[in-house]
Amino acid sequence: MTDAAYSPARLPGWLSALRNIFAYLLRSPTSAFGLAVIAILVLTAILAPWIATHDPFTQNLDNVLQPPGNGHLFGTDELGRDIFSRLVYGARITLRIIFLVSVVVGPIGLIVGATAGYVGGWMDAVLMRVTDIFLAFPSLILSLAFVAALGPSLNNAIIAIALTSWPPIARLARAETMTFRKADYIAAARLQGASPMRIILKSIIPMCLPSVAIRLTLNMATVILTAAGLGFLGLGAQPPEPEWGAMIATGRRYMIDSWWLVACPGVAILCVSLAFNLLGDGLRDALDPKQMNRR
Amino acid sequence: MQDPILEVSNLSIRYPGAPADSVRGVSFVLGRERLGVVGESGSGKSTVGRALLKLLPGARITADQLRFEDLDLLALSEAEMLKVRGRRMSMILQDPKFSLNPIQRVGRQVAETYLRHFPVSRAEAKAKTLEMLAAVNIRDPERVHELYPHEISGGMGQRVMIAMMLLADPDLVIADEPTSALDVTVRLQVLNILDGLVRDRGIGLIMISHDLNLVRNFCDRVLIMYAGRVVETLKAGEFHKAQHPYTRGLLAAQPRIGGPRKPLAVLDRRPEWTEEQPA
Amino acid sequence: MSKGRRRFRRAAGQAVSVAVTLLGLLMLTFFIGRMMPADPVRAIVGEDATPETYDMVYSQLGLDRPLWAQFLRYMGDVLTGNFGQSIRTGQPVIQDILHVMPATIELATFAIVIGAGLGVPLGVLAAVNKDRWIDHAVRVFSLFGHSMPIFWTGMIALLIFYAGLGWVGGSGRMDYFYIGMVPSRTGFLLIDSLLAGEWRVFFSAINHLILPATLLGYSASAYITRMTRSFMLDQLNQEYMTTARVKGLSRGQTIWRHAFSNIRVQLVTIVALSYGALLEGAVLIETVFAWPGFGQYLTNNLVIGDMNAVMTCVLIVGVIFIALNLLSDILYRLFDPRTK
Repeated sequence: MTDAAYSPARLPGWLSALRNIFAYLLRSPTSAFGLAVIAILVLTAILAPWIATHDPFTQNLDNVLQPPGNGHLFGTDELGRDIFSRLVYGARITLRIIFLVSVVVGPIGLIVGATAGYVGGWMDAVLMRVTDIFLAFPSLILSLAFVAALGPSLNNAIIAIALTSWPPIARLARAETMTFRKADYIAAARLQGASPMRIILKSIIPMCLPSVAIRLTLNMATVILTAAGLGFLGLGAQPPEPEWGAMIATGRRYMIDSWWLVACPGVAILCVSLAFNLLGDGLRDALDPKQMNRR
Repeated sequence: MQDPILEVSNLSIRYPGAPADSVRGVSFVLGRERLGVVGESGSGKSTVGRALLKLLPGARITADQLRFEDLDLLALSEAEMLKVRGRRMSMILQDPKFSLNPIQRVGRQVAETYLRHFPVSRAEAKAKTLEMLAAVNIRDPERVHELYPHEISGGMGQRVMIAMMLLADPDLVIADEPTSALDVTVRLQVLNILDGLVRDRGIGLIMISHDLNLVRNFCDRVLIMYAGRVVETLKAGEFHKAQHPYTRGLLAAQPRIGGPRKPLAVLDRRPEWTEEQPA
Repeated sequence: MSKGRRRFRRAAGQAVSVAVTLLGLLMLTFFIGRMMPADPVRAIVGEDATPETYDMVYSQLGLDRPLWAQFLRYMGDVLTGNFGQSIRTGQPVIQDILHVMPATIELATFAIVIGAGLGVPLGVLAAVNKDRWIDHAVRVFSLFGHSMPIFWTGMIALLIFYAGLGWVGGSGRMDYFYIGMVPSRTGFLLIDSLLAGEWRVFFSAINHLILPATLLGYSASAYITRMTRSFMLDQLNQEYMTTARVKGLSRGQTIWRHAFSNIRVQLVTIVALSYGALLEGAVLIETVFAWPGFGQYLTNNLVIGDMNAVMTCVLIVGVIFIALNLLSDILYRLFDPRTK
């Protein structure tokens, strides 16, 4: 442990906190599995052209529905495309969904929640009522409705998922804001004449960020499953995009004789969503103060 | 003194994962008397109480002797302890707000002690419960029997607790800070009820408290604990004979009406007290 | 007196908040309906209609009026139970939905029984053995159920248990040759077949129900397990657990009589909420199992773009959700002595 001696002094606070969290997560086999799978997902998406053995779109009608082996790790689909390569490129789609949803949902949830919590009064009542209305639907059903209205495509699926997954974040940000709204440093900022907008952006939102980040991680499993579900129903990514849910939908017709068409993308979805669930579970433990003290 | 109820010698307790023993080398003998155990938080006084009932999951309890009447507590299995707890030895917990089950009626909770240990019908247990509630000066036992804990005051809650713990007529009662959570005005009332019942029934009482004055007035003898050890044992009337510097420090830190208007003495704590064996 | 008034005011407040949420729900479905890029008039009159016909239908649908007037009309329609016609079946949408609902309710009820039957004991087990291997095993098992894409698991399960092992019935609510054998009185096949005394149909229905219901129940059990565990942990950390032990109760008796019996009300509310969430899984699993229920009706209409039917489905799910929330709230108030 040579680096332990000097690192706490050199690293900035948040970085060493991050290091502690990672150390904690790696100690538990389940969250370590989660981290590993997510790392593999990211690497696969970045290095897709080098990892894939074939072009994911090139059809070869002389070589359809080949079982795994024979130069095709996971076999070929009904158009003779290499399933392994399609899965590898599919990682990019999954990552794109995760990234775009987070980028949209995080800020919306933060701003709505922080504003409601800080301003209070009728603003709070109105914003929270809107949040409740969105929460009154199961997310998949509401996403279905949005996609039905917008027309099926990957981007519309992402928009629909984002539109349905901000309310829990807003709820969380509001609860967080309420706890330190009365804090002295907020009062100090107000006395200095800072506008509410400035206080929300500069003082409140940064304080909400960590818990919102955890919550987003926890939500990712649901986001992935919803996206795959939309893909399966033909409302998400359209063929020939190698989206995993859509791959299952097209593979369904050949399932009885060629199980690998369905099995491989399903396992991929299962692994990634399980990984996010396990990681989220571990993060919750890691950031629960009672758990931290026990060590 | 008659036969002792409880003989403890060289009792040590270590919590799971703790680097050191929380209680070390505690010895005392208890007859049909009232014994006070005084110490600051963390001194191990509550741990001793719970160890006697063997209610410290995972903790390692060692002793040369831990004898309760005819029983060797150390050797008893959990199944045998179930017949001891509540029936022969019980404990009054600190705060009725937390120690009573909030969504069960008071009467049912009290009666449970009796039903657990005696083969009686519900009606008999209820009669016994009402009798006991009356014994702790609850004026309208029939009404209180049907109430939920949040509907009664703290003082009444603690009287219910006393009723619950004395219902099966135990020989030893451990009272763990029985009045700390109560309003000052009802403390004395509750203590007098407890004291009266303990005397009448010839029950041995161990009163665990951080309040030196209270213990001095209600107990026959007092153990003073510091950092997991008993540093001194005193008769209630002989506090002026205290030898140990810690005890003297505690006494000096007591405010007195009509005393000198100097600042109270600050308690001195020395690491060597945790090492030396009490005389 | 004042107690009664307080209760009345709270009930009134809740009624207002439910009304506002319902209004919001209507606005949401209304606007999603208007967002649609497809032209509803064109869908009715066809590609080669004259401009005059087009304009006539346009104003018949009220599309020439301001948005708020259109909304008021939509709200009036909904309140009078007029949800419009389905393009596909030509029937009033609400009649279609009432027709398919029993199949889904049958499936969801079986699923929730399985989900609660699995989730509650597992949650208790995990809490009692916190941080031991049982706890970890339960956690992984339930997260697994929460992580599986249910449409995929459904297909794999059909492949294994129906096509491979032949243990259960395949798609649909019963075997083909039984279809139409029992008159539909309630719409619930299990009840109808019993009423008709057709045991073979009844067992065929159970045989077909068991697999989708188990999968749905397993996926719902994750949430139930997690909540049960955390409710139980809350209880087990309470001082009155010690009181019970001091009275001489065994650990098992303490857990059962003082911890578990204290969380029963909370569990009922959780199970009620899970029932609503099951509808979401039902949409996907019904597609896989060709289950002629609400979910399949919704997806079929999505594919052909029948927005009337889709929006009505969405609205109904929203109303069911609000009703379940309200129900769990009321249950809590009724059965927890501290709220009286």
